[in-house]
Amino acid sequence: MEEDIQVNIQSDQDIVIARHKGRSLAAALNFSAGEATLIATAISELARNIVTYAKKGVIRLKVLNGESARRGIRVVARDEGPGIADVEQALRDGFSTSGSLGLGLPGVRRLVDEFQIESRRNQGTTVTVTKWKP
Amino acid sequence: MEIPILRQGKVLIATLQAAVTDVDLMRLRTALVQEVVRGRSRGVIVDVTAIDVMDSFASRVLQDLAHMIRLRGAETVIVGIQPDVAFAMVQLGLRLESVATALDLEEGMDYLNREFKTLA
Repeated sequence: MEEDIQVNIQSDQDIVIARHKGRSLAAALNFSAGEATLIATAISELARNIVTYAKKGVIRLKVLNGESARRGIRVVARDEGPGIADVEQALRDGFSTSGSLGLGLPGVRRLVDEFQIESRRNQGTTVTVTKWKP
Repeated sequence: MEIPILRQGKVLIATLQAAVTDVDLMRLRTALVQEVVRGRSRGVIVDVTAIDVMDSFASRVLQDLAHMIRLRGAETVIVGIQPDVAFAMVQLGLRLESVATALDLEEGMDYLNREFKTLA
């Protein structure tokens, strides 16, 4: 159960698989149904970004053991796509380059406890989010 | 996986399964818009009770679907959004603006019947 889960993302079906695995992992760690939904929704959104902007990438799910045996789930969404030219702008509500709702990243940030993004032009993007069990 | 569309009187009912993909949703949108005209339906109910994740894409397709159906002269109700899903949607910043929603299939049907009476 402590092993990382890896899901290759390159189609809309992979998005469904990734969020399903996230929900199962959250349930295995006794996250509440509500928290599991937040995690699954964040994964769905991150996987969607990969398919939309980079065509393919990988989502990794890790179990974290924090202070005083606090447990968490870390989701790492990585692609080698075009990268984000202006990360600051991408984190602002309402920004989108693909004609979508433009809620992706700022929305995901609201669903989780920790949010990190690294992006280099033409080298790809890595988004790392963490949800701790309250 | 094709999503079946049931007909009950003047209403079309589509029930989504948990593992619905983007392609399934887009197919459903097209099928419902066509079916509304073919069957001269007045209302559409999309039951999302089984849906455990509603992300930006799904919510946009449902909103577009409702607007398209309205342009065809019929009304759409989304029924069965689960409490946890509603919470996550709002956190994510999603709104199903100007789309009717109801608790379940029965309430959705009641809503449409009231709409039909007002229009009659």
